[in-house]
Amino acid sequence: MTDGAVPRFWREIPQRYNLIGNQCGSCNKVYFPPRESCPYCRRKSMGKMKNLKLKGQGEVLTYTIIYNAPEHFEGQTPYAMAIIKLDEGPKVTAQIVDCDLDKIKIGMRVQSTFRKIQEDGYIGAIYYGYKFKSVEVK
Amino acid sequence: MKDVGIVSYGAHIPRLRIKSLDIAHAWGKDPETITGGLGVFEKSVPSPDQDVATISVEAARAALLRTNIDPQDIGAVYVGSESHPYAVKPTGTIVGEAIGATPLLKVADYEFACKAGTAAIQTCMALVKAEMVRYGIAIGADTSQAAPGDALEYAASAGGAAFIIGRENVIANINETCSFTTDTPDFWRREGRKYPAHGGRFTGTPAYFRHIMSNAQNLMEMANTKPEDYNFAVFHQPNGKFPVRVAKMLGFTPEQVKQGLLCPIIGNTYSGSSMLGLASVLDIAKPGNRIFVASYGSGAGSDAFDITVTDVMNKLPRGKAPLVSELIENKQYIDYSTYTKYRDLLYED
Amino acid sequence: MMRDVAIIGIGLTKFGELWDKSFRNLIAEAGSKALLDSGISGSELDALYVGSMSTGRFIGQEHVGALVADWSGFAHMHIPAIRVESACASGGLAVRQGYFSVASGMNDIVVVGGVEKMTDVVGDEATDTLATGLDQEWEAFFGATFPGLYAMIATRHMHDYGTTREQLAKVAVKNHANGALNPYAQFKRAIPLEKVLCSPMTAYPLGMLDCSPVSDGAAAIVLCAADKAKKYTDKPVKILGTGQASDTLSLHGRDNICTFESTVFAGKNAYKQAKLTPNDIDVAEVHDCFTIAEILAIEDLGFVKKGEGGKAIDDKITTLDGKIPINPSGGLKAKGHPVGATGVAQIAEIVMQLRGEAGDRQIKDAKIGLTHNVGAVGASCVVHILEGM
Repeated sequence: MTDGAVPRFWREIPQRYNLIGNQCGSCNKVYFPPRESCPYCRRKSMGKMKNLKLKGQGEVLTYTIIYNAPEHFEGQTPYAMAIIKLDEGPKVTAQIVDCDLDKIKIGMRVQSTFRKIQEDGYIGAIYYGYKFKSVEVK
Repeated sequence: MKDVGIVSYGAHIPRLRIKSLDIAHAWGKDPETITGGLGVFEKSVPSPDQDVATISVEAARAALLRTNIDPQDIGAVYVGSESHPYAVKPTGTIVGEAIGATPLLKVADYEFACKAGTAAIQTCMALVKAEMVRYGIAIGADTSQAAPGDALEYAASAGGAAFIIGRENVIANINETCSFTTDTPDFWRREGRKYPAHGGRFTGTPAYFRHIMSNAQNLMEMANTKPEDYNFAVFHQPNGKFPVRVAKMLGFTPEQVKQGLLCPIIGNTYSGSSMLGLASVLDIAKPGNRIFVASYGSGAGSDAFDITVTDVMNKLPRGKAPLVSELIENKQYIDYSTYTKYRDLLYED
Repeated sequence: MMRDVAIIGIGLTKFGELWDKSFRNLIAEAGSKALLDSGISGSELDALYVGSMSTGRFIGQEHVGALVADWSGFAHMHIPAIRVESACASGGLAVRQGYFSVASGMNDIVVVGGVEKMTDVVGDEATDTLATGLDQEWEAFFGATFPGLYAMIATRHMHDYGTTREQLAKVAVKNHANGALNPYAQFKRAIPLEKVLCSPMTAYPLGMLDCSPVSDGAAAIVLCAADKAKKYTDKPVKILGTGQASDTLSLHGRDNICTFESTVFAGKNAYKQAKLTPNDIDVAEVHDCFTIAEILAIEDLGFVKKGEGGKAIDDKITTLDGKIPINPSGGLKAKGHPVGATGVAQIAEIVMQLRGEAGDRQIKDAKIGLTHNVGAVGASCVVHILEGM
């Protein structure tokens, strides 16, 4: 999904580096990634969506251990992926790292960390973003 | 120079470790000779998703966690490393963005073998002193390279530390700093090459020892101090032996060196080496403690610092970010074949 | 006022790794068989619909509507040809679009095809292409895979309802047993439970044999206004209900990971239109791209209560002679899953069952059948309910 085209990655840097979501000024629901408008308030939310930096803390809702990975992730197998419910409400799909794979459990508290997500071969750009680790590990 | 110093600090060490013994076995060497000769028992290894940018971000975020500094008040980010992920495209931009310090920010990547991080501290000191920035972040980090089978492979490891330099709420004053630099090709990596080369035993006396000795003596002369005035002494640590020997030659005791000596258990983190040593010392230092630091970078040069811990240290919530000892304890061992996969050694230079 | 629509002909290619067949060979074969089966000459056709997921990546070809019209022999008739895409639900959605065009009175007779040629790419290209049905920016970018997302559903289902790996594996065993009886199936052999349980892990808790294969294949059906159907065939099958629904593109965007609301809503709408309930269904072809997907489907379609899908497998209520036989064709798991073809092939299987032409896998007294076709990880779903006329 790379091929030297960087804009689609570059424009997501605020979200991928710093978990910048947004919040509906009408119902206060929080979205990540940010949405143009609140799906529930619709026109009432127009122009009232405020950026919000999420703290990056949450819990594992479910997980898997990936053994067959796409090319960009092959060197990392087996690795854990999880759906994480962030404390502010939104859920994200991300890797769990720095953790023994058999220690990963539903309900486990996690916090975000900064990692290399993909790279465009040996020549192209490197894309960074969030992964998560257990909160027991500082 | 008392009005400039360290406001906060943070460290990061990857979780993976490999034992010297496993590397020795892979190459048919006697492990006793290796660990005895180098004084390195295990080293940290970056996972495939870690590089100098990620280690730098983790360290810088850890430093910020211990303060209430608005990242927008940081005016400079300098990252020292000899393993920047890009040859062209600054690591500092990634760090600046990830800590929320962009866009009104001075950034550059530094390279001076293992002392690029301390050079970054000096730059930040100057900028703060000149009131060109309110705070500057100096980072030293590496995921250092070593050719398979080279003696460097036992020590070349990964880690880094970040120091916020400023003049408000300073936890440790930097009283004096000085440098000693000559053209001494003891270790290098040519442009476009994957692994460094070195002059073997030439890296010792005319390189490491001469530069650190000369610079340390100059610093103590400037500061009007003697080795016994310091509670802690931190040296660049390419292996477990050199820092202990240079300390002894200068008149420091093993007790003074102990807290800052990490190489035997995490290896040589290159640009992170003396910086992580200093971070380890700051983890336990008390107000009034005096710290001596001398880095070394091949090529060659040394930066030395005379540091005094202030009363503000008591207010620094050190527990809000991982202590160096905690980073060291949180580890997972890998074998040599996993190491070669993760470090991309299966591809030719 | 909409009018009733009937299926008057079906055509299928064999599913599998069809090295000697191209994309256009496949759809032309299925289309010709469907026309032949329907009793029409071809000149009666008003329009052509074709479902395919990713011809651009699989064979480097877009503009599929025109290509299919041309190679099916309709270029000189200049009939409208429409390509429909909704990831793995492309075929089912093409059927629904064809249905609308006839039901509305705009067209009297249309052909609906579904096709995918997946083996003209090597390495990871096939699985990477399937993964374009996921949220590329917020799932796939971070290392999530197609099996990985279904595996996360399975992990949570096991956690919440006590579903076991054995129960998942039994879905594969059942579908392979059915597939062994289907001449069109990619895997015409039964497999023992042990083999499924011991297959190499793809994404915990799903092993390789919990996953449907990469396949080539095509299917086609001919739709006709119901009141004209008997003119062409003795055994028309009426479409009693059609339902379609969508959900968040990403799995993590949903409140409940253990249910596909798209299935629930598509099912409700189809049942409502058909004036039927799940109890009225005699046989169903559901979207078992992974074993957990069949468990989810039978729960979300209302055949069993939420959480009891695993137990249903243990109780054998979904076997050929069970209370509600599921996937007599072998399902995606054993019959194969040429993605664009799947939704149309499901209809073809139910038509065979309702006509009583399903051979060794014939469900006794099947009067009403249901098809359930899912796009990617449940972001879209199409359900149809059929009845022999």
